[in-house]
Amino acid sequence: MQNYNLTHLEQLESEAIFILRETAAQFERPGLLFSGGKDSIVMAHLAAKAFSPAKIPFPFVHVDTGHNFPETIAFRDSFVKKTGVQLIVGYVQGSIDKGTAVEETGPNASRNALQSVTLLETIEKESLDACLGGGRRDEEKARAKERFFSHRDAFGQWDPKNQRPELWNLFNGRKSQGENFRIFPLSNWTEMDVWQYAKIENIELPNLYFTHEREVVDRNGSLLAVSEFVTPRDNESPKKETVRFRTIGDATCTGAVLSTASNLDEVIAEVAASRVTERGARADDRRSEAAMEDRKKQGYF
Amino acid sequence: MTDQNNYLDMDLLRFTTAGSVDDGKSTLIGRLFHDTKAIFEDQLEAIERSSKQRGDEHINLALLTDGLRAEREQGITIDVAYRYFATPKRKFIIADTPGHIQYTRNMVTGASTANLALILVDARNGVVEQTRRHTFIADLLGIKHVAVCINKMDLVDYDEKAYEKVLRQYTDFASRLENVTDLTFIPISALKGDNVVDRSENMQWYKGPPLLYHLENVYVGSDSNHVDARFPVQWVIRPHSDEHHDFRGFSGRVAGGVFKLGDKVTILPSGFSTKISKILKGETEIEEAYHPQSVTILLEDEIDVSRGDMIVKPNNQPKVEQDLDAFICWFSGNKKLSKGSKFIFRHTTKEAQAIVSDIRYKVDVNSLRKMEDVETFDMNDIGRVSLRISQPIFHDTYRRNRNTGSFILVDPFTNETLAAGMLR
Repeated sequence: MQNYNLTHLEQLESEAIFILRETAAQFERPGLLFSGGKDSIVMAHLAAKAFSPAKIPFPFVHVDTGHNFPETIAFRDSFVKKTGVQLIVGYVQGSIDKGTAVEETGPNASRNALQSVTLLETIEKESLDACLGGGRRDEEKARAKERFFSHRDAFGQWDPKNQRPELWNLFNGRKSQGENFRIFPLSNWTEMDVWQYAKIENIELPNLYFTHEREVVDRNGSLLAVSEFVTPRDNESPKKETVRFRTIGDATCTGAVLSTASNLDEVIAEVAASRVTERGARADDRRSEAAMEDRKKQGYF
Repeated sequence: MTDQNNYLDMDLLRFTTAGSVDDGKSTLIGRLFHDTKAIFEDQLEAIERSSKQRGDEHINLALLTDGLRAEREQGITIDVAYRYFATPKRKFIIADTPGHIQYTRNMVTGASTANLALILVDARNGVVEQTRRHTFIADLLGIKHVAVCINKMDLVDYDEKAYEKVLRQYTDFASRLENVTDLTFIPISALKGDNVVDRSENMQWYKGPPLLYHLENVYVGSDSNHVDARFPVQWVIRPHSDEHHDFRGFSGRVAGGVFKLGDKVTILPSGFSTKISKILKGETEIEEAYHPQSVTILLEDEIDVSRGDMIVKPNNQPKVEQDLDAFICWFSGNKKLSKGSKFIFRHTTKEAQAIVSDIRYKVDVNSLRKMEDVETFDMNDIGRVSLRISQPIFHDTYRRNRNTGSFILVDPFTNETLAAGMLR
């Protein structure tokens, strides 16, 4: 008899496609949260596969902090053009101008937490009843207990102590008026799985993920790229380094790592040898032990 | 194939663990993670910092899985935590479930997707209530492979007799199991590392492999049902474009068996038969599809097919019934089940309504005794009921196929998932 075994990547792919189709089937107006980072790119690639040869049956949603790497926006726009999906952008600046979000002040001010406000406003404005996110359970300990179908109440809040149990392949997306869901098709993927899958599927990724020279400052152990949003302070001396990014988020809090990895094979080798998690370089998670949990309860991705 | 590319050949093992604070479960997982480099320096530093703050003597590895604030404050685990590690041979997904509150609900959830259950027994105490409970649930949920780790062997001087005593106790009790076909015993010390990753020097009398070797090599490929072809339709693809004007594809995940190009198939409930004209995986045409692949099937004839329908083979059809006999695990603390209760019934890609027509018995998960003459199910109760469904359900017994034999019950008012069920 033939060997009917799937590799781990084939199993993860099949599971993610199942979740994406289930989302389309169970919800009226889902959206795919697309940040231009590798996880959302892989998720978008899986969505294209799930519904081929039809177009992806839901819009992409980007919550724009205004503190972007220009490469990210360029990549986002060309990706959207190529796939022909609708792009909805929610601007954090818009929330600040309206007065629904207040800019942080102080030395480590960031717009990261404000994204939750803009996301919830976008969900309401666009009447989205489910948002697909690229979050993975291996990223952070509060995510380890996240469901594939994560229920949010009418205030967008996550209640980690009262989650619906998820059994087999049976996902319960039923909800009352005003409630919605966050859905994470990549829940069971690790950082390594994402890189390996990008490699075997030949997925194009922004060049920020590969080695390049860049002016950075060392701030609390994170190498932050010098830009219009991050200016060196008096006690900091910017240096040119050979770096790449392991995750891409808001430019004010995404740290680079020293690296010479110029292609996916080299990145995979580097990740395999790495002794620090990818979020180790993210200042937003370092604020406190439960930083991620607190943000998620308030409606974060 | 070079080392770098071995991931092209890796497979996946999902296993579940359960246990209380002091049976060494966290220590064991911590050791597996540490020795396979799944713990990173920043995680280790963060755990060390919190352990010190809490005044723990040793580094408390539970802090790795217990990320929620309430868990850290109370030193408990609230929910199933999913953890990941990999060796060059396999990727592992651990569903790590707490041993105390809501134990049944969490264990059942963790076991529902697992291929293997890892059960820890303290060599000093032998088989206890919790061992039996966990084993019973693993068996009920159809797990075929059980690895019993007899832990803390260092505290019984690595004595073979202590190991054999536990083995006898466990084997006695395991003779009543229905589904477990592979039972493996490994004497270990999670704390000292004996027989976890490397063979122990201290137990020359043990001839079997260490735990990690067993986890890497246990064969789970034949656990899936590759005989009864079942394809619950999840989503219909209709591109509405000029290029694909007449395209109608039926998407879903193969729930059992193998579908090949040209196969004659029958659609349920309509009963119409036709042939498979194309199978797509993404954009790629493939020759055959099997569990658990997500694919799109195209049919030769234009037949009305929609979500909730099932594509099967004419000579091998599932049961089509409205009255179902099931084992259920009741999860809800807010609501009870009783005769006449009505629920939303979710099975494969189908949703219907269910009414409880009879409560047959409950099982005491500690003694495994049947309790008859019961009127209600409360949180964590397990037992057998009869259900009447609003429409015919295409199903197999859970024993024969986990995907077409499982269902959940949902509260029509609060939308809460109330129970998990397995068809008999």
